[in-house]
Amino acid sequence: MTKADIVERIYEKVGFSKKEATDVVESIFEIIKGRLEQSEKVKISGFGNFVINAKRPRKGRNPQTGEEITISGRRVLSFKPSPVLKKAINPA
Amino acid sequence: MNKGDLIVELAKLYPNFNKHDIGVMVDTFFDSIVEALARGERVELRGFGTFGVKERQGRTARNPRSGQIVTVPAKRVPFFRVAKELRAEVNKQAFPGTGPEVRNTES
Repeated sequence: MTKADIVERIYEKVGFSKKEATDVVESIFEIIKGRLEQSEKVKISGFGNFVINAKRPRKGRNPQTGEEITISGRRVLSFKPSPVLKKAINPA
Repeated sequence: MNKGDLIVELAKLYPNFNKHDIGVMVDTFFDSIVEALARGERVELRGFGTFGVKERQGRTARNPRSGQIVTVPAKRVPFFRVAKELRAEVNKQAFPGTGPEVRNTES
């Protein structure tokens, strides 16, 4: 499934044009991305939470050469699925 | 930000749509991803990331309190892999000046 399929679903469900459905889908991504880039948590009930974790710098090793390197501190995005989503993909 | 805030933001961008319709669109958006995952499909969203389902095998584990052996059944778990562009953006904003250099850290 891709963005186009989501647009299609929204188009079927709400009476808007395909162009409008496409614009709204695009906007949803832009708004969520904008918040995440500000390190803000995005919580979607019934779906999951997108959270930003700060990683401290750590020592790593190039597995090919054995060379020791420092992996810089960074912010990483992770997704925590909601119990509703977990349940949906595990039908009883 | 939560789903309500997202709907408010969208309502500002689309003043001629009513909030209820926007709410339905947002719900349909996320529901369609959940439904695809429930069918075992991957959901690839350019510039954002990929949602998918991984199979976890059943295993035997031990209740740490009673020492009793229990079997954990096989199950499917959802995963999200962040798109390269977004991963770089998230990191860049938090550490200005350190550049968007990104190393793979997925499990």
